[in-house]
Amino acid sequence: MIEINIKKRVRIYNGTNLIQVKASFHHRHITQIIGPSGSGKTTLLKIIAGLIKPEEGKITVNENVWLDTKANRNLEPQKRSIGFVFQDYALFPNMTVIEHLQYGSNDAQYIDRLIAIGRLDAFRTHKPKHLSGGQQQRLAILRALSTKPSLLLMDEPFSALDNVLKKDVMTDLKTLFDELKITCLVVTHHPLETEGFAEYSFLV
Amino acid sequence: MDLTPIFLSLKLACVTTLILFVIGLPIAYWLSGRSSIPKLIIEAIITMPLVLPPSVLGFYLLLAFSPKNALGEWLQEHFNIHLVFSFEGLILASVIYSLPFMVSPVKSAFIHLPTSIREASYTMGKSKFETLWHVLLPNIKSSLLTAAVLTFAHTLGEFGVVLMIGGNIPGATKVASIAIYDSVESMDYANANYYSLILFSITFVIVLTVFILNRKSAKSPLE
Repeated sequence: MIEINIKKRVRIYNGTNLIQVKASFHHRHITQIIGPSGSGKTTLLKIIAGLIKPEEGKITVNENVWLDTKANRNLEPQKRSIGFVFQDYALFPNMTVIEHLQYGSNDAQYIDRLIAIGRLDAFRTHKPKHLSGGQQQRLAILRALSTKPSLLLMDEPFSALDNVLKKDVMTDLKTLFDELKITCLVVTHHPLETEGFAEYSFLV
Repeated sequence: MDLTPIFLSLKLACVTTLILFVIGLPIAYWLSGRSSIPKLIIEAIITMPLVLPPSVLGFYLLLAFSPKNALGEWLQEHFNIHLVFSFEGLILASVIYSLPFMVSPVKSAFIHLPTSIREASYTMGKSKFETLWHVLLPNIKSSLLTAAVLTFAHTLGEFGVVLMIGGNIPGATKVASIAIYDSVESMDYANANYYSLILFSITFVIVLTVFILNRKSAKSPLE
């Protein structure tokens, strides 16, 4: 179980906005986090990843305390065993598809499997600027999985995929999540986008 | 024609660029992080040579390293280092004088990289150093090249600082820019022209090379 209780004040154009979240997410399941634009979904994911520090709060993942502001504990992102799919993909312009995955893993067989899941076999040596939006988004998902994380955080991960491809990728991802015992939190502003993928929902 | 001043200038520019590459990158990386008052003060000090007359910098370095003053005397007594009127002194002065030419373009390049790419690397378990080495530096290659070339070309053309700290000792501190000045002073315009043409050609080739190499990777070749 992932227990989250955080408060974070974020700057907006006309002042500040308080993001306050108290939630429990199921271990080894996929939970979608829904909410309108600007409600703090991305900020919440980044707080869980350790990329943003809240003013107050506690995050516990399977009895391990990742964040406890009262105890002045904040585990570095590098030590959280997470994967993060960024909304803007955040791909490395200097690396090819295969190099992105090799940056996270030395397991050639696993990398081949990821490439098959993302349908990127023909683009192994392509750099991000030579990939389409959908291919870039799939690469961002595969890269986040390359380290075999225990918690995968996905920020609008299927927005650039067509419906047929999205369903196929989702099916393969769910199989992989089951095998690797991955817990997944997926942020979306549109619940239909993750239909058939998420098992639980949480509203921000 | 004596080519020693040209070789001396090239040697000075190479050594200065190499030293600044090693010390300038960490400084630029550090400055590109979250802003603070101490950082602003240090950045202002680093930027000073861009606007300060070279003779002012040279004058204070001359005073500082003179064996008649505390620092110069201490260096001479404890390490047997003579920085005034020596090639080593020229290197130190050039490193200080050209520091902003290395730091500014690299710092600017770090700042313009999207924050999310370093965050992506951190979430993959990579340390700050691994991220710097594998992700950040390869993606600012064109700026690194520009910074190195600007530093090299700037050092090659130094005059005021070099004259103040190094003087005009043939084979030791008489670099090409000093040799040109020296030739003009003695009305030897032909010699001054040779040195000038060589410096002009070297600088032109270097700048043209940067423009060719950076023509695709940067919006402006001097970015």
